Amino acid sequence: MKTLLDEKGIRRTLERLADEISASIPRNCPVGVIGIRRRGDELARRLLPMLEARGVREVAYGSLDITLYRDDLAEIGPSAVVRTTEIDFDIEGRYLILVDDVIFTGRSIRAALQALIDLGRPRAVRLVVLVDRGGREYPIQPDFTGLRTSSDSQHVTVYLESIDGADKVEVQP
Amino acid sequence: MSTTGDPVQKAKSAAAASERESVVWPHRHLLALEDLTADEIRLILDTAEAFEDVSTRSVKKVPALRGRVVVNLFFEDSTRTKTSFVLAAQRLSADVVDFSAKSSSLSKGESIRDTVRNIEAMGVDLLIVRHHVAGTPHLIARNVGCCVINAGDGRHEHPTQGLLDIYTMRQVKGRIEGLEVAIVGDVANSRVARSNLHGLLKLGAEVTMVGPTTLVPRAFEKMGARIAHDFDRVIEQFDVINMLRIQRERISSNVFPSLQEYSRLFGLSAQRMKRAKPDVLVMHPGPINRGIEMAASVADGANSAVLRQVTNGLAVRMAVMFLCKQAAEGS
Repeated sequence: MKTLLDEKGIRRTLERLADEISASIPRNCPVGVIGIRRRGDELARRLLPMLEARGVREVAYGSLDITLYRDDLAEIGPSAVVRTTEIDFDIEGRYLILVDDVIFTGRSIRAALQALIDLGRPRAVRLVVLVDRGGREYPIQPDFTGLRTSSDSQHVTVYLESIDGADKVEVQP
Repeated sequence: MSTTGDPVQKAKSAAAASERESVVWPHRHLLALEDLTADEIRLILDTAEAFEDVSTRSVKKVPALRGRVVVNLFFEDSTRTKTSFVLAAQRLSADVVDFSAKSSSLSKGESIRDTVRNIEAMGVDLLIVRHHVAGTPHLIARNVGCCVINAGDGRHEHPTQGLLDIYTMRQVKGRIEGLEVAIVGDVANSRVARSNLHGLLKLGAEVTMVGPTTLVPRAFEKMGARIAHDFDRVIEQFDVINMLRIQRERISSNVFPSLQEYSRLFGLSAQRMKRAKPDVLVMHPGPINRGIEMAASVADGANSAVLRQVTNGLAVRMAVMFLCKQAAEGS
């Protein structure tokens, strides 16, 4: 088990991502930051004040549960846990920042995009991930990446304080 | 957006959430609330919360049951329960077929077992069953490989009605534990009363059955309920009053002195409401006999959750169908 990022590393990475994201936002376009439950939404919550500190105004925040849109519901069976999606704003015409902790096959993001489309028609969706561990099965790539693992398909685990008690990113060689 | 807050409270809710996550729904069928644990009931209620917003958003559908087939097998007339199940199944993207028992081969002498096996052979994933004989959904569940959901069997149980009632109480009152709930009316003949009782007791509510001695037998005390025959004497203690429908066909029988007398003693009139807690939640499974078990002004009043119950029924039935289907995939 190797630590890729510690608490400070995660914070620095998010600050850098916030720089890149805020530079990409079109003028006078309403923005929404939406995190995929259950760790993407926590990262999105942390990005929110960082974006506001960079002059992005009136950023809406939401969390998205993708369980009902997964393509492997038949395989995961009774262990599927459905949580609430909390997006209390209209996504129509908004510039959406979709946040997840790790991207791997791309299937979660496929499900998240379908779930978002069922809520309306955003102006654009940009994908932010903390870690890209390779291994894509669908043609989906992040727009903003915190960190890439050195070789494909190493198992990456993201721990976040509010859920796991501490902030760190670990990789199993 | 602030992430700060009371750390103790935060830790508590996180612990509760992770505890809940360890609860896995193991049942292919939903036949009775009596069979479930408190955690399993809570899991259904929590899952239903996630389905609530599906009915209000732009696309009122999620793909969770795409390509699955749901069959409504109703041997007894029902409009609202059947419609609620149909809509719930459609919002999960399932295909829905109505099997009308009256026009079926059952009237030609085919046994229930043969009928359900034939239906299942067409590739059915979920059977929604209502029957006037208690235990029929259990009999069907033993004879098929698909999921069976009880939509009311005789005087036994109506689990999804019980769940949506409990869901509505929790939504409005914020808790079930410690709630004082009255179930008023023809308790002896009511499957809604039994499902409410089992579910509410498991979650820690106090349940009082209210009605004349002929309709509220002592046997309910053994099931854990309190019993009261004088509504006016106890009404002030309740947080929730769930009124049962008086079935008109029973009115002529000797358990019923007269409609006027029943209504005067046990009907929820505007006058009687004045004795209840100001924030009492008034419920009714429908259809309401206005002016008999409940005054129109009460049914439409600020304390009434009648329409909220109907709306919540959709979310609860979506959750039940989803959980049972997921359990079937796992086995």
